[in-house]
Amino acid sequence: MTTDILTVADLKKYFVIGHSGILKREPITVKAVDGISFGVREGETFGLVGESGSGKSTVAYTTIGMYRPTEGSISFRGQSLFDGNKERPVAIKKEIQIVFQDPGSSLNPRRSIKQILELPLQVHRRDENRLEQIVRLLEMVELPPDYMQKYPQMLGGGEKQMVAIARALATDPSFVILDEPTSALDVSIQAKIINLLIQLQDEFHLSYLFITHDLSLMRNVASRVAIMYLGKICEVAEAAEFFRNPYHPYTRMLLSSIPVISEEEEKLKPKKIISTGEIPSPVNVPTGCSFHLRCPAKLNVCSEVDPVMVEVEGQTGLARHTVRCHLYGQTSASPSAEFTLSVVEVLRTGSVEPSDQEGGGR
Amino acid sequence: MSIVGLVTVLLIVFLAVFAPLVAPHPKHASAFVDFANASSPPCRTYPFGTDVVGRDILSRIFFGFRFSLVMGVVVLALVVPPGVTLGLVAGYNQGTWLDTVIMRITDIFLAVPPLVLALAICSVLTPNLFNAMIAVSLMWWPWYTRLVYGLASTLRNEFFVNSAEAIGASKAHIIFREILPNCISPIFTKMSLDVGWVILIGSSLSFVGLGVQPPRPGLGTMVADGARYLPDQWWISVFPALAIVVIVLGFNLLGDGLRDMFAAEEV
Amino acid sequence: MRFEMGTSPLRQAQDIALLEIKDLHVHFDVYGGTLKVLDGVNFTVHSGQKVGLVGETGCGKTTTMKSILRILPMPPARIPRGEIYFKAQDVLKMGDGELRQVRSEGISMIFQDPTAALNPVFTIGQQLGAVVKYSMEGKKLSKKEIRERAIIPLKEVALPDPERMLDSYPIQLSGGMRQRVCIAMALVASRELLIADEPGTSLDVTIEDQILRLLHRLVEEKNVSVILITHTLGVVRETTDRVYVMYAGNMVEVADTEELFAQPLHPYTRGLMDAVPRLTGGGIADGIPGRIPDYLNPPPGCRFYPRCPQAMDICRQEKPSFYGKRSGVSDNHEVACFLYQDGGKGA
Repeated sequence: MTTDILTVADLKKYFVIGHSGILKREPITVKAVDGISFGVREGETFGLVGESGSGKSTVAYTTIGMYRPTEGSISFRGQSLFDGNKERPVAIKKEIQIVFQDPGSSLNPRRSIKQILELPLQVHRRDENRLEQIVRLLEMVELPPDYMQKYPQMLGGGEKQMVAIARALATDPSFVILDEPTSALDVSIQAKIINLLIQLQDEFHLSYLFITHDLSLMRNVASRVAIMYLGKICEVAEAAEFFRNPYHPYTRMLLSSIPVISEEEEKLKPKKIISTGEIPSPVNVPTGCSFHLRCPAKLNVCSEVDPVMVEVEGQTGLARHTVRCHLYGQTSASPSAEFTLSVVEVLRTGSVEPSDQEGGGR
Repeated sequence: MSIVGLVTVLLIVFLAVFAPLVAPHPKHASAFVDFANASSPPCRTYPFGTDVVGRDILSRIFFGFRFSLVMGVVVLALVVPPGVTLGLVAGYNQGTWLDTVIMRITDIFLAVPPLVLALAICSVLTPNLFNAMIAVSLMWWPWYTRLVYGLASTLRNEFFVNSAEAIGASKAHIIFREILPNCISPIFTKMSLDVGWVILIGSSLSFVGLGVQPPRPGLGTMVADGARYLPDQWWISVFPALAIVVIVLGFNLLGDGLRDMFAAEEV
Repeated sequence: MRFEMGTSPLRQAQDIALLEIKDLHVHFDVYGGTLKVLDGVNFTVHSGQKVGLVGETGCGKTTTMKSILRILPMPPARIPRGEIYFKAQDVLKMGDGELRQVRSEGISMIFQDPTAALNPVFTIGQQLGAVVKYSMEGKKLSKKEIRERAIIPLKEVALPDPERMLDSYPIQLSGGMRQRVCIAMALVASRELLIADEPGTSLDVTIEDQILRLLHRLVEEKNVSVILITHTLGVVRETTDRVYVMYAGNMVEVADTEELFAQPLHPYTRGLMDAVPRLTGGGIADGIPGRIPDYLNPPPGCRFYPRCPQAMDICRQEKPSFYGKRSGVSDNHEVACFLYQDGGKGA
């Protein structure tokens, strides 16, 4: 059995963004991440997908150490990453690196590419010839050595991102977090970078935490996928299973909304679930299941009790497929078995009428 | 316009540095009397006239530039490094007690009327150029801290700073090598504009007798010397005053030019 | 599920085009020389049509659209050649009065970032009110009438609680709502052409889906034509009738949507489609090597020549014009590529 290189256990990250009222001063809290657990296996690409406000970037930033968890823990190879108030040891920092979403601001405009790539080499005291190492790093991302003299403004978006990848790999890490690495880039450049990332993963035996909102991209990168909504994980499954056999209504809603470019992809999508309503903000999380206001298959219990993660049977039944939804869970207030089954059937065949909420379109 | 500023500044620097060589009457800059030629109006031998003890005003102005420039340079050299560093440290640690402590102290210094503070300090210590510089420095540093604090606290949250932290760079590296280079343009612009202000304040202090002491040819001192002879022997005060205007204007224009240049760079 | 196509080819042939851009050249004078961005752009939209304009960053799509409304900064931009006909009148030659009429009643534009397009210090009501007031009909209306007029488009874009919306500030709204407000602003006066520049890019997929459905519904109900600019091929496929593919200041291919996706002809179009990740899995193709050309010194012949896997000698020297594919498929499919000259079947 492969061991987990990263384990996240009941992670919570809350931000207090202000206080309401003049006298009582109740704190206004954003529950960016509200109790998630998952493990990344050595060598795999674990995908985290979700829309804005889902908390996926917060997970990334907490793992890399930019934030400290409000509750819960993150462990790397069994060792907790957060030890009291002490700063993370440099030896651990070396192992976990990140590539940010915005190539424009992840490279210091006042430093040359050479200086940017030199920093990780300086910190981790690789005493070999630094210049040679920098050339090797540039070669690794298929950039010519003379790019050393350039400044980030002279590079295109894709090239900047390549430099960011080279910088992340300069410390010789074992775990790399990729936070929407290609969202800001055109599709042809995205292709180049994704293929590069896959190749590098093979070559250096890396484990990836890959975050994106683009499901089609996720399908081609991740080995396992978890989908987040308002700070909680709704469903986790192996990639092929996730896309072919989604259980959670939110997963189905998202999958049915993706624009695709071929007929065969269309056939793969679940029947159209018209997404209604706005994405609620993580400040005002609805009670019960956070998705119930937009859910086409909502039951009474959904507005009262938050569901727990349960295992369901996958079609490609290898890895565990888990879902957090009352339709599949055991709760004391569950409706009769037949009713549950019929709702599930309705979801599968897709003949669902949207509930009477505001919505555009037909 | 900024070229005009640059040329003016360079000219003044040249005159100040080579004053003993270019001034028509170099000896007049120190203790010298020539009552025969005292208070003569501008003429060929003395283009700006002479003062009450017969010293050539033009030559004294050239030497006076030395004091002004020294004041400008020294005050900035004293003020900028600590002011900027405090701003960087406070900005990087925004939200912590360190930030609060530094910025509150800065606020206190900013709240005191600058000239009053300078006057107070100067009157306590022996009046001379050196102490005038100390006085001005003590009230000047907070402006740099404020300026840099604003920049640093925003830059602190940029991804490239987070990246450096993730890599494990030391705080010193992050503050001086990642954040500071992005603050350089506004700092330089302010510095060049400040030279003019410092000189003006220094001249004001000299004017009230707290800066450059006679018989030294500080520009402000010279203006004070001639003040009671206005308006008849107007040249004794007016030319030094004009010299102050020119030097301040020169640096202001230069500063404007620098600001425009940096702004264009960012586009 | 896909949206149905709106216009039949027959109707297209009968109408004079609502918008026709002919051989448009746009140059920018910059410090190092002249950026020859648009190099002879041809573009046609008929009444009631939904036309997609697909291209990657820097290809000139936004420049083209801004030229239509004449909102390019005129230095440094210059238009040395070309005509833009809106309802058979050349926009580039219009006087101020006529231009204002086009801008307030004929064409409107929805920009990419709804947050940047709305002024944060004014309420929605004030901003919508301003649009009403300065439209051609709005001059004589009282404040109350303006407010009533402003509510109508808010209801049309299915925003909840329009009354309260008028008094809200942009910052209180979500991204999807802001984008809908921008669409509402574009609909205040009756329009004939809506230009939507990447309307869903800064939004989540589910919200983008709602916005696109909304646009579709509005087109059906009001017979407004839409130009949808995007770099996302999937969106174009689901929302448009006809697609133009743009590369480095030129249109390289145009076809009815269904046909473009079934049979992309231009090597750039093919490269682009190959690079899109598929829901069916199977990995991602290699993308297109190289970069977009430097507009200061663009290649003399076909601008895609340096990156084209099927480049020929002639491509380096001459620029291809649009060739219709006469054999097989439809006459509506044109491609600017020497591979298809003389009705050739390409490679």
